[in-house]
Amino acid sequence: MRFGVVVFPGSNCEQDVVHALRYLGQEADYVWHGDTDLSAYDAIILPGGFSYGDYIRCGAVARFSPVMAEVVRFAESGRPVAGICNGFQILAEAHLLPGALLRNEGLKFICKTVPLRVEESVCQWMDHEPGTVVRVPVNHNEGNFICDAETLGRLNANGQVVVRYCEPDGSLLPGSAPNGALDNIAGICNERGNVFGLMPHPERVTDPATGGTDGGAFFTGIVKRLEEVGG
Amino acid sequence: MRADLTPELAPELAAELGLKQSEYEHVVEILGRTPTVTELYMYSLMWSEHCSYKHSKKALRTFPTEGEHVLQGPGENAGVIGVGDGWAVAFKMESHNHPSAIEPYQGAATGVGGIIRDIFTMGARPIASLDSLRFGPLEEPRQRYLFEGAVAGIGGYGNCIGVPTVGGEVYFEEAYAGNCLINAMSIGLLREERLTRAVAAGPGNLLLLIGSTTGRDGIGGASVLASQEFDERAEEKRPSVQVGDPFEEKLLIEACLDLLDGELLVGLGDLGAAGLTSSASEMASRGGVGLDIDVTRVPQREEAMKPFEIMVSESQERMLAVVEPAKLAEAQAVCEKWGLRSTVIGKVTDTGRFVVREGDEVVADMPAATLASDAPEYDPPAERPAYLDEVQAFDVRAVDFGSPAWEPRSLLLSLLASPNICSRRWIWEQYDHQVMLNTMVLPGSDAAVLRIGEPGRGEVTTRGIAVSSDCNGRYCYLEPYLGAQIAFAEAARNVACAGGRPAAITDCLNFGNPEKPEVFWTFREAVRGLADACRVFGVPVISGNVSFYNESFGQPIYPTPTVGLVGLVGNIDRVATASFKDEGDVIVLIGETRFDLGGSEALKLAEGVVAGLPPTLDLQRERDVHETVIELTEMGLLKSAHDCSEGGLAIALAESCITGGIGARVRLAGSMRPVAELFSESQSRIVVSCAPENVMIVTALADRHRVPFALLGTVEGDTLAFEDLFDVPVSELAAAWEPVLERLVGGQVSTEEMAEG
Repeated sequence: MRFGVVVFPGSNCEQDVVHALRYLGQEADYVWHGDTDLSAYDAIILPGGFSYGDYIRCGAVARFSPVMAEVVRFAESGRPVAGICNGFQILAEAHLLPGALLRNEGLKFICKTVPLRVEESVCQWMDHEPGTVVRVPVNHNEGNFICDAETLGRLNANGQVVVRYCEPDGSLLPGSAPNGALDNIAGICNERGNVFGLMPHPERVTDPATGGTDGGAFFTGIVKRLEEVGG
Repeated sequence: MRADLTPELAPELAAELGLKQSEYEHVVEILGRTPTVTELYMYSLMWSEHCSYKHSKKALRTFPTEGEHVLQGPGENAGVIGVGDGWAVAFKMESHNHPSAIEPYQGAATGVGGIIRDIFTMGARPIASLDSLRFGPLEEPRQRYLFEGAVAGIGGYGNCIGVPTVGGEVYFEEAYAGNCLINAMSIGLLREERLTRAVAAGPGNLLLLIGSTTGRDGIGGASVLASQEFDERAEEKRPSVQVGDPFEEKLLIEACLDLLDGELLVGLGDLGAAGLTSSASEMASRGGVGLDIDVTRVPQREEAMKPFEIMVSESQERMLAVVEPAKLAEAQAVCEKWGLRSTVIGKVTDTGRFVVREGDEVVADMPAATLASDAPEYDPPAERPAYLDEVQAFDVRAVDFGSPAWEPRSLLLSLLASPNICSRRWIWEQYDHQVMLNTMVLPGSDAAVLRIGEPGRGEVTTRGIAVSSDCNGRYCYLEPYLGAQIAFAEAARNVACAGGRPAAITDCLNFGNPEKPEVFWTFREAVRGLADACRVFGVPVISGNVSFYNESFGQPIYPTPTVGLVGLVGNIDRVATASFKDEGDVIVLIGETRFDLGGSEALKLAEGVVAGLPPTLDLQRERDVHETVIELTEMGLLKSAHDCSEGGLAIALAESCITGGIGARVRLAGSMRPVAELFSESQSRIVVSCAPENVMIVTALADRHRVPFALLGTVEGDTLAFEDLFDVPVSELAAAWEPVLERLVGGQVSTEEMAEG
């Protein structure tokens, strides 16, 4: 299947995502943020980076890029959209996902590989069994997920929490999130499960040459689903 | 022609701008008349130490600069070497010490931004940064402010533009308390045929200024900050520090690489120190042409800027391109795609003159080449400093090693907790060290290893480069010639641990005021040492930077000639890291331990002195040790390789245990007192481990290179045990080593408080 990876001014992980997808045997192309035709793609990924320098607020400017109106339509039609790191922040700003990403609790940028627990969720992207503990790098300054209590209740009740920061054995402690995220939330999806946003970078641990293989299954779930649907 | 200075006023302004009387007279001689304000500013900046290297040029000419890999040696924005299969690597290191000492976040950030511009100016995509940092002791609040601010600035800039920060080093010493060092190294990757030079050519071609607007920021940065010492008025110099915009730089990288891909440019130069003046005059000088610039065309962010301010502004994130008129529209379209301003500000001429106008009025008219090439060259007096006799006379052997301070087990733990040795994780976890998916060895080993290729374009190879930047300033303080050689040796040793054969170096030579004979002597000795080391290894210097005037209140820093070395790795799949891997592996010391406690971290901790003679160094032996380890790596026989440096063998073993999460049982030779065997900083030593069945090959290879070795013991258990001496659980080693920087920096004083204070 064919992925479109959107390039905003200031994106910097688009090449990494494209490499990971091609490593998984998928087709992947760059989509310039000024383009408005997404008809060639089966799935869209908004990659990490610092779109518009993260000025004003992470993702706040990028959500107004011409391509975003199309991304919203694409998502609302039920087709798969994922946002990684800055991409997650953009999806939140565009209200395709609830909540917001605040400055990390320790007020420092964090780049490190952390354990994540895969939750039982409706997310269409994941190919990991629920309960699996994976190791994936985080790399952000604003990854501290927050939402109101009602939204949190809904996320938990609907199976919209996809991955949580955890201890190496998979247990959850109050301080398991390196950034202070609410309920250790590292990634969430919408109710339909087609829109997925996460702070960690699975594309960095897909090709084993770069230090791990736990990331591949963050992309292969959607591939399998679409292939089943397609025939 | 505007005549805005009288013959009486001109020398006064010249003196104020830092031009010596003789230099002013030379300007008058070149022009045949009284200079204008703009001309004086331009000459004073171009002839400042920072831009002209007038005190150092003669010494620098002694460096070997040629070699089989060299595609571009010194003299351009960065040096370039070929790394095989048509790939090339551009790299350079540069200082941003003085701005950082005044405003650490912006100083460090713009240091990173500046060196990265030098790299993509060559047509290379920046792929990695390293940073060599020096501060005073972290117990002082001001030092914590500088350290935290500099690390945040490096991260803030590098993370945003998406270039991984993969390595570097940091030391904390009293000598740097008044003058911290921020040396940033950038590495870029390009196809050989894309190599671009900053040359203006073709009269009639247009000068296109790309990127940010021009303001008054950083005016006189090169002369005010970089070419003077600090005193109590340092804070007043804050307006001379530039402010960085990494987003703009990210766009500049993409736009410039697109412009070069489309073959739309004749030449490309970045605006660094001395801004438009240096960029334009250097490009004209290289091309042997003239330039005609109208400052009113330069987009300005402040009102009523004077021509000289526009010409010398150090506003960041600006590039100057030379474009053929026929390609202008296409070139500007590329800039526009990336949301970048681009403006034609002048043209290339055949007059050989650098003409600056404000509208119709000429405000400067000089022979273009004289700015870049006619700078004076000095041969300053040099005199061996008197302090050397005193510090070298210290007899390390006379130390009372029986005192409690030398109790080996507790000294080992103290050394692990020394800020100069402890884990650097607190630093590198604030840097994106993985983006671009080429970082094969993460920070924390001896050298960073980068894969050659552009994964996002579908080009991946198994070739790599190993990179390290090093300098132990203490050794250079105690014996500059030897210290500089050790800086080279350690960089090469770190790269060898990753299986890299040294290909070329860049350097950043940080010293005090060169007009003081004692300081200049240390500079000359360090250059001589570095040049000799390069010759023994057959490794050229392809780029570099000199930073003088690193003094505060008359006290110079330790001589600090930082070496950034790039080595070639044949097969990245075989690279070993520093950590021990598997139970039962055999630990072998390649090289030999001697009584080398002079200038050591152990001596500093136990006796509180920086004294004695640094470790001796046999460069040929050093090279043989490296060759042994490189060949073993290439054969895929090593499980780990870690060099012995500060803290000696005991620290090397402890670090391999901690990072591997596994213990070791070690038996020392017993030829010297244990503290010497444990903590001597003898050079030319690498601790390796291998599977038991490969030990014979390891030792045979060492024999073949006539390198001494010792079978130290085995990787086992969860304790580092020195037989008949003492043992320490690995968890206790880690608890001493891991949290130090975080604890020292953490919470005791906030950055905001210090900035306000």
